[in-house]
Amino acid sequence: MKRRAILLLAPLLMGQSQPGQKPVLVPDVSQRDIEIAYSFTGAELLLFGAILYPGGRVPGDKEKPADIVVVVKGPTQSVLVREKEKVAGIWVNAGRMRYRSAPSFFAVASSKPIRELVDERTRAIYELGVDSLQLSPASGATPEVQGRFDKGLVDLRTRTGLYYEAPRAVEITDGVLYRARLQIPARVPVGRFTAETFLIRDGRVLAAAVRPIDIRKSGFERFVATSAERHSWIYGITAVALSILFGWGAGAIWRRF
Amino acid sequence: MDLYLPIASLSVNALVIVALGLGVGLLSGMFGVGGGFLTTPLLIFYGIPPTVAAASAASQVTGASVSGVFAHFRRDGVDVHMGLVLVAGGVVGSLVGAGIFTQLQANGSIDTVIAILYVLMLGSIGGLMLHESVGAIRVARGHARAKPRRRRHHPLVAMLPLRWRFYRSGLYISPLAPLILGFFTGILTVLLGVGGGFILVPAMLYLLGMGTQVVVGTSLFQILFVTAAATMVHATTTKAVDIVLAALLLLGSVIGAQLGARMAQKAKPEYLRLVLAIIVLAVALRMLLGLAWRPDEIYTVHTL
Repeated sequence: MKRRAILLLAPLLMGQSQPGQKPVLVPDVSQRDIEIAYSFTGAELLLFGAILYPGGRVPGDKEKPADIVVVVKGPTQSVLVREKEKVAGIWVNAGRMRYRSAPSFFAVASSKPIRELVDERTRAIYELGVDSLQLSPASGATPEVQGRFDKGLVDLRTRTGLYYEAPRAVEITDGVLYRARLQIPARVPVGRFTAETFLIRDGRVLAAAVRPIDIRKSGFERFVATSAERHSWIYGITAVALSILFGWGAGAIWRRF
Repeated sequence: MDLYLPIASLSVNALVIVALGLGVGLLSGMFGVGGGFLTTPLLIFYGIPPTVAAASAASQVTGASVSGVFAHFRRDGVDVHMGLVLVAGGVVGSLVGAGIFTQLQANGSIDTVIAILYVLMLGSIGGLMLHESVGAIRVARGHARAKPRRRRHHPLVAMLPLRWRFYRSGLYISPLAPLILGFFTGILTVLLGVGGGFILVPAMLYLLGMGTQVVVGTSLFQILFVTAAATMVHATTTKAVDIVLAALLLLGSVIGAQLGARMAQKAKPEYLRLVLAIIVLAVALRMLLGLAWRPDEIYTVHTL
Protein backbone atom coordinates (compact mmCIF):
# COMPACT_ATOMS: atom_id res chain seq x y z
CA MET A 1 0.00 0.00 0.00
CA LYS A 2 2.69 2.45 1.02
CA ARG A 3 4.89 1.40 -1.89
CA ARG A 4 2.03 1.92 -4.31
CA ALA A 5 1.50 5.43 -3.06
CA ILE A 6 5.11 6.30 -3.68
CA LEU A 7 5.11 4.67 -7.09
CA LEU A 8 2.07 6.64 -8.12
CA LEU A 9 3.63 9.86 -7.01
CA ALA A 10 7.08 9.18 -8.37
CA PRO A 11 6.64 10.83 -11.81
CA LEU A 12 5.09 13.86 -10.15
CA LEU A 13 7.89 14.15 -7.66
CA MET A 14 10.57 13.92 -10.30
CA GLY A 15 8.94 16.11 -12.93
CA GLN A 16 8.53 19.15 -10.73
CA SER A 17 11.72 19.48 -8.82
CA GLN A 18 15.09 20.85 -9.71
CA PRO A 19 18.25 20.49 -7.66
CA GLY A 20 18.92 23.11 -4.99
CA GLN A 21 15.29 24.01 -4.56
CA LYS A 22 13.31 23.87 -1.38
CA PRO A 23 10.58 21.27 -0.94
CA VAL A 24 7.13 22.19 -2.22
CA LEU A 25 3.76 21.41 -0.67
CA VAL A 26 0.78 20.25 -2.72
CA PRO A 27 -2.19 20.54 -0.35
CA ASP A 28 -5.88 19.84 -0.83
CA VAL A 29 -9.05 19.66 1.22
CA SER A 30 -11.91 17.18 1.06
CA GLN A 31 -14.49 19.96 0.60
CA ARG A 32 -13.83 23.32 -1.05
CA ASP A 33 -17.41 24.36 -0.38
CA ILE A 34 -19.34 23.50 2.73
CA GLU A 35 -23.06 24.04 2.39
CA ILE A 36 -25.10 24.61 5.50
CA ALA A 37 -28.54 23.02 5.32
CA TYR A 38 -31.23 22.38 7.94
CA SER A 39 -29.47 19.33 9.37
CA PHE A 40 -26.02 20.95 9.62
CA THR A 41 -24.38 20.03 12.91
CA GLY A 42 -20.82 20.83 11.90
CA ALA A 43 -18.45 19.37 9.34
CA GLU A 44 -15.40 17.19 9.31
CA LEU A 45 -12.68 18.44 7.01
CA LEU A 46 -10.06 16.12 5.63
CA LEU A 47 -6.89 18.03 4.79
CA PHE A 48 -4.34 16.08 2.82
CA GLY A 49 -1.51 16.51 0.37
CA ALA A 50 1.99 15.65 -0.68
CA ILE A 51 5.46 16.99 0.12
CA LEU A 52 7.56 17.32 -3.04
CA TYR A 53 11.27 17.19 -2.28
CA PRO A 54 13.81 18.59 -4.74
CA GLY A 55 14.96 15.84 -7.02
CA GLY A 56 12.29 13.56 -5.69
CA ARG A 57 14.66 12.58 -2.92
CA VAL A 58 12.79 11.69 0.23
CA PRO A 59 14.91 12.23 3.35
CA GLY A 60 16.32 8.91 4.51
CA ASP A 61 16.03 7.27 7.89
CA LYS A 62 19.17 8.95 9.19
CA GLU A 63 17.99 12.48 8.49
CA LYS A 64 15.57 14.21 10.81
CA PRO A 65 12.03 13.85 9.37
CA ALA A 66 10.07 16.96 8.48
CA ASP A 67 6.80 17.79 10.21
CA ILE A 68 3.51 19.23 9.02
CA VAL A 69 1.33 21.85 10.68
CA VAL A 70 -2.13 22.67 9.30
CA VAL A 71 -3.91 25.86 10.39
CA VAL A 72 -7.58 26.42 9.54
CA LYS A 73 -8.85 29.96 10.07
CA GLY A 74 -12.36 31.38 9.84
CA PRO A 75 -13.19 34.87 8.57
CA THR A 76 -11.86 37.57 10.88
CA GLN A 77 -14.25 39.65 12.92
CA SER A 78 -14.01 42.91 14.79
CA VAL A 79 -14.95 42.07 18.38
CA LEU A 80 -15.47 43.80 21.70
CA VAL A 81 -14.44 41.86 24.80
CA ARG A 82 -15.94 42.94 28.11
CA GLU A 83 -14.66 42.06 31.55
CA LYS A 84 -16.86 41.78 34.64
CA GLU A 85 -15.76 43.08 38.00
CA LYS A 86 -17.38 43.17 41.39
CA VAL A 87 -18.44 46.74 42.15
CA ALA A 88 -20.43 47.45 45.34
CA GLY A 89 -21.41 43.81 45.73
CA ILE A 90 -22.63 43.15 42.19
CA TRP A 91 -20.86 41.94 39.07
CA VAL A 92 -20.85 44.55 36.33
CA ASN A 93 -19.06 44.99 33.03
CA ALA A 94 -16.13 47.18 33.99
CA GLY A 95 -13.30 46.90 31.48
CA ARG A 96 -13.41 46.45 27.74
CA MET A 97 -11.06 45.90 24.86
CA ARG A 98 -11.71 46.13 21.15
CA TYR A 99 -9.99 43.90 18.61
CA ARG A 100 -9.88 44.77 14.95
CA SER A 101 -9.44 41.25 13.62
CA ALA A 102 -9.94 38.14 15.67
CA PRO A 103 -10.52 34.93 13.71
CA SER A 104 -14.01 33.52 14.17
CA PHE A 105 -12.56 30.03 13.99
CA PHE A 106 -8.99 28.84 14.55
CA ALA A 107 -7.74 25.27 14.58
CA VAL A 108 -4.18 24.00 14.49
CA ALA A 109 -3.34 20.38 13.71
CA SER A 110 0.24 19.16 13.73
CA SER A 111 2.22 15.95 13.47
CA LYS A 112 3.95 16.69 16.79
CA PRO A 113 3.14 19.16 19.58
CA ILE A 114 3.94 22.65 18.22
CA ARG A 115 6.27 23.48 21.11
CA GLU A 116 8.55 20.63 20.06
CA LEU A 117 8.68 21.89 16.47
CA VAL A 118 9.35 25.63 16.52
CA ASP A 119 10.42 28.34 18.95
CA GLU A 120 8.15 31.06 20.25
CA ARG A 121 9.21 33.62 17.68
CA THR A 122 8.39 31.41 14.71
CA ARG A 123 5.10 30.47 16.35
CA ALA A 124 4.21 34.15 16.63
CA ILE A 125 5.22 34.93 13.02
CA TYR A 126 3.14 32.16 11.46
CA GLU A 127 0.44 32.13 14.16
CA LEU A 128 1.04 28.49 14.92
CA GLY A 129 -1.00 27.78 18.01
CA VAL A 130 -3.86 29.30 19.95
CA ASP A 131 -1.56 31.23 22.30
CA SER A 132 0.34 32.75 19.35
CA LEU A 133 -2.65 34.42 17.74
CA GLN A 134 -2.04 38.01 16.69
CA LEU A 135 -5.26 39.62 17.84
CA SER A 136 -4.53 43.27 16.88
CA PRO A 137 -6.20 45.21 19.71
CA ALA A 138 -7.73 48.53 18.65
CA SER A 139 -7.78 50.02 22.15
CA GLY A 140 -4.48 51.02 23.67
CA ALA A 141 -3.63 49.23 26.90
CA THR A 142 -0.64 48.03 28.89
CA PRO A 143 0.70 44.64 27.73
CA GLU A 144 -0.38 43.18 31.06
CA VAL A 145 -4.01 44.26 30.67
CA GLN A 146 -4.04 43.25 27.01
CA GLY A 147 -2.71 39.83 27.89
CA ARG A 148 -5.55 39.36 30.36
CA PHE A 149 -8.18 40.21 27.74
CA ASP A 150 -6.44 38.08 25.09
CA LYS A 151 -6.54 35.15 27.46
CA GLY A 152 -10.20 35.79 28.27
CA LEU A 153 -11.16 35.83 24.58
CA VAL A 154 -9.11 32.77 23.65
CA ASP A 155 -10.31 30.86 26.71
CA LEU A 156 -13.97 31.58 25.97
CA ARG A 157 -13.65 30.53 22.34
CA THR A 158 -11.63 27.44 23.24
CA ARG A 159 -14.41 26.24 25.50
CA THR A 160 -17.02 26.72 22.77
CA GLY A 161 -14.91 24.68 20.35
CA LEU A 162 -14.09 27.61 18.07
CA TYR A 163 -10.38 27.69 18.88
CA TYR A 164 -8.39 24.51 19.40
CA GLU A 165 -5.12 22.71 18.87
CA ALA A 166 -4.87 19.10 17.79
CA PRO A 167 -1.30 17.94 18.33
CA ARG A 168 -0.44 14.66 16.54
CA ALA A 169 -3.62 14.92 14.43
CA VAL A 170 -1.53 15.04 11.22
CA GLU A 171 -0.44 11.65 9.93
CA ILE A 172 2.58 11.52 7.63
CA THR A 173 3.01 8.48 5.41
CA ASP A 174 6.50 7.62 4.18
CA GLY A 175 7.63 11.19 4.63
CA VAL A 176 5.69 12.40 1.58
CA LEU A 177 1.94 12.07 2.13
CA TYR A 178 0.11 13.70 4.95
CA ARG A 179 -3.46 13.97 6.10
CA ALA A 180 -5.41 15.42 8.99
CA ARG A 181 -9.04 15.52 10.09
CA LEU A 182 -10.43 18.67 11.66
CA GLN A 183 -13.87 19.29 13.12
CA ILE A 184 -15.72 22.48 12.17
CA PRO A 185 -18.46 23.15 14.75
CA ALA A 186 -21.99 24.19 13.71
CA ARG A 187 -21.73 27.67 15.23
CA VAL A 188 -19.04 29.03 12.90
CA PRO A 189 -19.98 32.08 10.85
CA VAL A 190 -20.29 31.74 7.11
CA GLY A 191 -17.61 33.09 4.80
CA ARG A 192 -14.19 32.28 3.43
CA PHE A 193 -12.04 30.00 5.54
CA THR A 194 -8.39 29.26 4.78
CA ALA A 195 -6.40 26.10 5.33
CA GLU A 196 -2.68 26.86 5.60
CA THR A 197 -0.16 24.03 5.53
CA PHE A 198 3.42 24.43 6.81
CA LEU A 199 6.35 22.09 6.32
CA ILE A 200 8.73 22.39 9.26
CA ARG A 201 12.16 20.93 9.90
CA ASP A 202 14.82 21.90 12.46
CA GLY A 203 12.61 24.65 13.78
CA ARG A 204 12.36 26.36 10.36
CA VAL A 205 9.41 26.68 8.03
CA LEU A 206 10.57 25.17 4.73
CA ALA A 207 7.40 25.52 2.71
CA ALA A 208 3.86 26.83 3.05
CA ALA A 209 0.71 26.62 0.97
CA VAL A 210 -2.86 27.91 1.31
CA ARG A 211 -6.22 26.58 0.16
CA PRO A 212 -9.52 28.43 0.58
CA ILE A 213 -12.69 26.80 1.86
CA ASP A 214 -16.06 28.51 1.46
CA ILE A 215 -18.75 27.90 4.03
CA ARG A 216 -22.19 29.14 3.09
CA LYS A 217 -25.82 28.64 3.81
CA SER A 218 -27.78 26.80 1.13
CA GLY A 219 -31.38 26.26 0.12
CA PHE A 220 -34.00 27.28 2.66
CA GLU A 221 -31.39 28.49 5.16
CA ARG A 222 -29.91 30.87 2.63
CA PHE A 223 -33.35 32.05 1.57
CA VAL A 224 -34.27 32.89 5.17
CA ALA A 225 -30.95 34.62 5.88
CA THR A 226 -31.06 36.77 2.73
CA SER A 227 -34.74 37.66 3.18
CA ALA A 228 -34.08 38.81 6.75
CA GLU A 229 -31.27 40.98 5.46
CA ARG A 230 -32.75 42.40 2.25
CA HIS A 231 -36.51 42.42 2.76
CA SER A 232 -36.67 43.07 6.47
CA TRP A 233 -40.17 44.58 6.40
CA ILE A 234 -41.69 41.61 4.59
CA TYR A 235 -39.68 39.27 6.79
CA GLY A 236 -40.96 40.96 9.95
CA ILE A 237 -44.56 40.92 8.73
CA THR A 238 -44.15 37.23 7.83
CA ALA A 239 -42.85 36.48 11.32
CA VAL A 240 -45.79 38.29 12.95
CA ALA A 241 -48.30 36.70 10.54
CA LEU A 242 -46.79 33.29 11.25
CA SER A 243 -47.15 33.71 14.99
CA ILE A 244 -50.76 34.91 14.69
CA LEU A 245 -51.60 32.05 12.33
CA PHE A 246 -50.01 29.51 14.67
CA GLY A 247 -51.84 30.86 17.67
CA TRP A 248 -55.19 31.12 15.89
CA GLY A 249 -54.76 27.71 14.24
CA ALA A 250 -54.01 26.00 17.51
CA GLY A 251 -57.06 27.59 19.08
CA ALA A 252 -59.31 26.57 16.18
CA ILE A 253 -58.06 22.98 16.15
CA TRP A 254 -58.28 22.71 19.90
CA ARG A 255 -61.95 23.71 19.97
CA ARG A 256 -62.96 20.81 17.73
CA PHE A 257 -61.87 18.23 20.26
CA MET B 1 -33.43 16.00 16.51
CA ASP B 2 -30.90 18.59 15.43
CA LEU B 3 -32.01 21.55 13.38
CA TYR B 4 -29.94 24.43 12.03
CA LEU B 5 -31.19 27.95 12.82
CA PRO B 6 -30.47 30.23 9.83
CA ILE B 7 -30.26 33.55 11.72
CA ALA B 8 -28.76 32.35 15.00
CA SER B 9 -26.25 30.38 12.84
CA LEU B 10 -26.06 27.31 15.03
CA SER B 11 -27.87 24.01 15.37
CA VAL B 12 -30.15 23.16 18.27
CA ASN B 13 -32.18 20.21 19.43
CA ALA B 14 -35.64 21.01 18.05
CA LEU B 15 -37.42 18.97 20.73
CA VAL B 16 -35.80 20.94 23.55
CA ILE B 17 -37.01 24.21 22.02
CA VAL B 18 -40.56 22.88 21.50
CA ALA B 19 -40.64 21.65 25.12
CA LEU B 20 -39.44 25.05 26.30
CA GLY B 21 -42.27 26.69 24.31
CA LEU B 22 -44.80 24.28 25.80
CA GLY B 23 -43.82 25.11 29.37
CA VAL B 24 -43.86 28.84 28.75
CA GLY B 25 -47.19 28.55 26.87
CA LEU B 26 -48.78 26.87 29.89
CA LEU B 27 -47.84 29.83 32.08
CA SER B 28 -49.04 32.23 29.42
CA GLY B 29 -52.50 30.71 29.19
CA MET B 30 -52.88 30.28 32.93
CA PHE B 31 -51.72 33.64 34.21
CA GLY B 32 -51.89 36.01 31.27
CA VAL B 33 -48.17 36.65 31.37
CA GLY B 34 -46.40 36.50 28.02
CA GLY B 35 -43.68 34.28 29.40
CA GLY B 36 -40.89 36.31 27.83
CA PHE B 37 -39.31 36.73 31.25
CA LEU B 38 -38.64 32.98 31.16
CA THR B 39 -38.08 32.32 27.43
CA THR B 40 -35.33 34.87 26.84
CA PRO B 41 -33.06 33.84 29.76
CA LEU B 42 -33.61 30.14 29.02
CA LEU B 43 -32.71 30.56 25.33
CA ILE B 44 -29.56 32.49 26.26
CA PHE B 45 -28.71 29.76 28.75
CA TYR B 46 -29.11 27.22 25.90
CA GLY B 47 -26.51 29.11 23.85
CA ILE B 48 -28.62 31.30 21.52
CA PRO B 49 -27.10 34.80 21.04
CA PRO B 50 -28.93 37.30 23.34
CA THR B 51 -30.29 39.56 20.57
CA VAL B 52 -31.65 36.60 18.59
CA ALA B 53 -33.16 35.17 21.77
CA ALA B 54 -34.94 38.43 22.68
CA ALA B 55 -36.13 39.09 19.12
CA SER B 56 -37.45 35.58 18.51
CA ALA B 57 -39.00 35.28 21.96
CA ALA B 58 -41.03 38.41 21.17
CA SER B 59 -42.70 36.70 18.19
CA GLN B 60 -43.27 33.58 20.29
CA VAL B 61 -45.06 35.69 22.89
CA THR B 62 -47.25 37.12 20.08
CA GLY B 63 -48.31 33.62 19.08
CA ALA B 64 -48.92 32.44 22.61
CA SER B 65 -51.05 35.49 23.36
CA VAL B 66 -53.13 35.10 20.16
CA SER B 67 -54.44 31.72 21.23
CA GLY B 68 -54.82 33.03 24.79
CA VAL B 69 -56.72 36.13 23.58
CA PHE B 70 -59.09 33.99 21.47
CA ALA B 71 -59.68 31.65 24.38
CA HIS B 72 -60.48 34.59 26.67
CA PHE B 73 -62.60 36.36 24.02
CA ARG B 74 -64.87 33.33 23.85
CA ARG B 75 -65.63 33.59 27.53
CA ASP B 76 -65.93 37.37 27.28
CA GLY B 77 -62.78 37.99 29.32
CA VAL B 78 -61.31 40.89 27.31
CA ASP B 79 -61.98 44.58 27.84
CA VAL B 80 -61.16 45.80 24.32
CA HIS B 81 -61.72 49.43 25.24
CA MET B 82 -59.21 49.27 28.09
CA GLY B 83 -56.87 47.13 25.93
CA LEU B 84 -56.71 49.74 23.16
CA VAL B 85 -55.78 52.50 25.63
CA LEU B 86 -53.02 50.26 27.00
CA VAL B 87 -51.74 49.47 23.48
CA ALA B 88 -51.59 53.18 22.60
CA GLY B 89 -49.43 53.82 25.67
CA GLY B 90 -47.39 50.69 24.98
CA VAL B 91 -46.43 51.66 21.42
CA VAL B 92 -45.19 55.09 22.55
CA GLY B 93 -43.36 53.47 25.47
CA SER B 94 -41.59 50.94 23.26
CA LEU B 95 -40.22 53.72 21.05
CA VAL B 96 -38.87 55.53 24.13
CA GLY B 97 -37.51 52.19 25.39
CA ALA B 98 -35.65 51.64 22.12
CA GLY B 99 -33.81 54.93 22.67
CA ILE B 100 -32.82 54.00 26.24
CA PHE B 101 -31.74 50.55 25.07
CA THR B 102 -29.32 51.97 22.49
CA GLN B 103 -27.79 54.27 25.10
CA LEU B 104 -27.23 51.51 27.65
CA GLN B 105 -25.96 49.08 25.02
CA ALA B 106 -23.30 51.55 23.94
CA ASN B 107 -21.72 51.79 27.39
CA GLY B 108 -22.01 48.08 28.19
CA SER B 109 -24.27 48.39 31.21
CA ILE B 110 -27.40 46.96 29.56
CA ASP B 111 -26.99 43.50 31.14
CA THR B 112 -26.58 44.90 34.64
CA VAL B 113 -29.48 47.32 34.24
CA ILE B 114 -31.70 44.51 32.95
CA ALA B 115 -30.77 42.29 35.89
CA ILE B 116 -31.31 45.03 38.48
CA LEU B 117 -34.67 45.98 36.92
CA TYR B 118 -35.72 42.32 36.98
CA VAL B 119 -34.79 41.96 40.65
CA LEU B 120 -36.55 45.16 41.72
CA MET B 121 -39.70 44.68 39.64
CA LEU B 122 -40.16 40.98 40.10
CA GLY B 123 -39.18 41.11 43.77
CA SER B 124 -41.66 43.81 44.72
CA ILE B 125 -44.50 42.54 42.53
CA GLY B 126 -43.93 38.95 43.60
CA GLY B 127 -43.90 39.96 47.25
CA LEU B 128 -47.09 41.99 46.85
CA MET B 129 -48.88 39.16 45.07
CA LEU B 130 -47.70 36.58 47.58
CA HIS B 131 -48.98 38.67 50.47
CA GLU B 132 -52.34 39.29 48.79
CA SER B 133 -52.93 35.72 47.63
CA VAL B 134 -51.99 34.16 50.97
CA GLY B 135 -54.43 36.55 52.63
CA ALA B 136 -57.17 35.61 50.14
CA ILE B 137 -56.56 31.90 50.68
CA ARG B 138 -56.74 32.31 54.45
CA VAL B 139 -60.07 34.10 54.05
CA ALA B 140 -61.37 31.40 51.70
CA ARG B 141 -60.43 28.69 54.19
CA GLY B 142 -62.04 30.53 57.04
CA HIS B 143 -58.81 31.10 58.97
CA ALA B 144 -59.22 34.81 58.81
CA ARG B 145 -62.03 37.26 58.39
CA ALA B 146 -62.28 39.18 55.15
CA LYS B 147 -60.96 42.70 55.58
CA PRO B 148 -63.31 45.60 54.94
CA ARG B 149 -64.06 45.72 51.24
CA ARG B 150 -60.99 46.69 49.21
CA ARG B 151 -60.85 50.03 47.47
CA ARG B 152 -61.91 49.75 43.84
CA HIS B 153 -58.81 51.50 42.62
CA HIS B 154 -55.79 53.32 43.92
CA PRO B 155 -56.37 56.90 45.25
CA LEU B 156 -53.79 58.23 42.77
CA VAL B 157 -55.84 56.81 39.88
CA ALA B 158 -58.97 58.43 41.29
CA MET B 159 -57.25 61.83 41.25
CA LEU B 160 -56.71 61.86 37.47
CA PRO B 161 -59.09 63.98 35.38
CA LEU B 162 -61.23 63.04 32.33
CA ARG B 163 -63.02 59.93 33.48
CA TRP B 164 -64.20 57.31 31.00
CA ARG B 165 -66.49 54.42 31.56
CA PHE B 166 -64.87 51.00 30.97
CA TYR B 167 -67.97 48.83 30.94
CA ARG B 168 -66.40 45.40 30.78
CA SER B 169 -64.03 46.16 33.67
CA GLY B 170 -66.76 47.86 35.62
CA LEU B 171 -64.66 50.97 36.09
CA TYR B 172 -65.18 54.68 35.81
CA ILE B 173 -61.63 56.06 35.74
CA SER B 174 -59.43 58.39 33.76
CA PRO B 175 -57.92 56.82 30.58
CA LEU B 176 -54.64 58.47 31.57
CA ALA B 177 -54.08 55.73 34.18
CA PRO B 178 -54.01 52.78 31.71
CA LEU B 179 -52.22 54.99 29.17
CA ILE B 180 -49.35 55.64 31.60
CA LEU B 181 -49.36 51.99 32.65
CA GLY B 182 -49.13 50.92 28.99
CA PHE B 183 -46.32 53.41 28.41
CA PHE B 184 -44.17 51.93 31.20
CA THR B 185 -44.81 48.34 30.14
CA GLY B 186 -43.87 49.39 26.60
CA ILE B 187 -40.48 50.60 27.85
CA LEU B 188 -40.01 47.33 29.73
CA THR B 189 -40.96 45.28 26.67
CA VAL B 190 -38.02 46.68 24.77
CA LEU B 191 -35.58 46.85 27.71
CA LEU B 192 -36.22 43.44 29.20
CA GLY B 193 -37.43 41.63 26.07
CA VAL B 194 -40.64 40.64 27.83
CA GLY B 195 -44.34 41.14 27.13
CA GLY B 196 -44.79 42.90 30.44
CA GLY B 197 -47.69 40.76 31.61
CA PHE B 198 -46.14 40.19 35.00
CA ILE B 199 -46.18 43.95 35.57
CA LEU B 200 -49.51 44.55 33.84
CA VAL B 201 -51.56 41.88 35.62
CA PRO B 202 -50.77 43.01 39.19
CA ALA B 203 -51.03 46.68 38.20
CA MET B 204 -54.49 46.13 36.68
CA LEU B 205 -55.60 44.25 39.77
CA TYR B 206 -54.18 46.47 42.48
CA LEU B 207 -53.79 49.90 40.90
CA LEU B 208 -56.73 50.07 38.49
CA GLY B 209 -58.91 47.71 40.51
CA MET B 210 -60.12 45.72 37.49
CA GLY B 211 -62.11 42.54 38.03
CA THR B 212 -60.09 39.30 38.02
CA GLN B 213 -62.15 37.83 35.19
CA VAL B 214 -61.08 40.43 32.60
CA VAL B 215 -57.51 41.07 33.80
CA VAL B 216 -55.85 38.07 32.14
CA GLY B 217 -57.60 38.44 28.79
CA THR B 218 -57.02 42.20 28.59
CA SER B 219 -53.35 41.87 29.51
CA LEU B 220 -52.89 39.25 26.75
CA PHE B 221 -54.63 41.61 24.32
CA GLN B 222 -52.13 44.37 25.09
CA ILE B 223 -49.17 41.96 24.97
CA LEU B 224 -50.29 40.69 21.55
CA PHE B 225 -50.02 44.12 19.95
CA VAL B 226 -46.94 45.36 21.76
CA THR B 227 -44.89 42.21 21.04
CA ALA B 228 -45.97 42.28 17.39
CA ALA B 229 -44.62 45.84 17.25
CA ALA B 230 -41.42 44.72 19.00
CA THR B 231 -40.95 41.92 16.44
CA MET B 232 -41.25 44.46 13.62
CA VAL B 233 -38.74 46.76 15.33
CA HIS B 234 -36.27 43.89 15.71
CA ALA B 235 -36.79 42.62 12.15
CA THR B 236 -36.06 46.03 10.66
CA THR B 237 -33.25 47.18 12.98
CA THR B 238 -31.32 44.32 14.61
CA LYS B 239 -32.40 41.78 11.93
CA ALA B 240 -32.18 39.15 14.63
CA VAL B 241 -35.60 37.48 14.32
CA ASP B 242 -34.99 33.79 13.64
CA ILE B 243 -38.17 32.56 12.01
CA VAL B 244 -37.22 28.89 12.45
CA LEU B 245 -36.52 29.36 16.16
CA ALA B 246 -39.76 31.33 16.53
CA ALA B 247 -41.75 28.59 14.74
CA LEU B 248 -40.35 25.90 17.06
CA LEU B 249 -41.17 27.96 20.13
CA LEU B 250 -44.64 28.72 18.75
CA LEU B 251 -45.40 25.08 18.11
CA GLY B 252 -44.95 24.30 21.79
CA SER B 253 -46.36 27.49 23.23
CA VAL B 254 -49.68 27.62 21.34
CA ILE B 255 -50.52 24.14 22.60
CA GLY B 256 -49.38 25.09 26.09
CA ALA B 257 -51.44 28.29 26.02
CA GLN B 258 -54.63 26.35 25.20
CA LEU B 259 -53.97 23.89 28.00
CA GLY B 260 -53.16 26.73 30.37
CA ALA B 261 -56.33 28.68 29.57
CA ARG B 262 -58.46 25.61 30.37
CA MET B 263 -56.60 24.93 33.59
CA ALA B 264 -57.09 28.54 34.63
CA GLN B 265 -60.89 28.17 34.30
CA LYS B 266 -60.94 25.27 36.74
CA ALA B 267 -58.46 26.61 39.27
CA LYS B 268 -59.33 29.07 42.01
CA PRO B 269 -57.98 32.55 41.18
CA GLU B 270 -56.30 33.06 44.57
CA TYR B 271 -54.31 29.85 44.13
CA LEU B 272 -53.34 30.87 40.58
CA ARG B 273 -52.02 34.15 41.96
CA LEU B 274 -50.10 32.32 44.68
CA VAL B 275 -48.36 30.09 42.11
CA LEU B 276 -47.55 33.06 39.86
CA ALA B 277 -46.19 34.97 42.88
CA ILE B 278 -43.86 32.06 43.72
CA ILE B 279 -42.62 31.78 40.11
CA VAL B 280 -42.01 35.53 39.92
CA LEU B 281 -40.12 35.53 43.24
CA ALA B 282 -38.03 32.53 42.15
CA VAL B 283 -36.93 34.33 38.98
CA ALA B 284 -36.13 37.47 41.00
CA LEU B 285 -34.05 35.43 43.45
CA ARG B 286 -32.18 33.74 40.61
CA MET B 287 -31.41 37.15 39.10
CA LEU B 288 -30.22 38.49 42.45
CA LEU B 289 -27.87 35.54 42.89
CA GLY B 290 -26.62 36.09 39.35
CA LEU B 291 -25.70 39.67 40.25
CA ALA B 292 -24.01 38.84 43.54
CA TRP B 293 -22.30 35.55 42.74
CA ARG B 294 -19.17 35.34 40.69
CA PRO B 295 -20.42 34.71 37.14
CA ASP B 296 -19.27 31.65 35.18
CA GLU B 297 -17.94 33.89 32.47
CA ILE B 298 -15.95 36.95 33.45
CA TYR B 299 -15.42 37.81 29.80
CA THR B 300 -18.03 38.24 27.12
CA VAL B 301 -17.40 38.63 23.39
CA HIS B 302 -19.56 40.82 21.14
CA THR B 303 -19.08 40.71 17.40
CA LEU B 304 -19.11 44.22 15.99
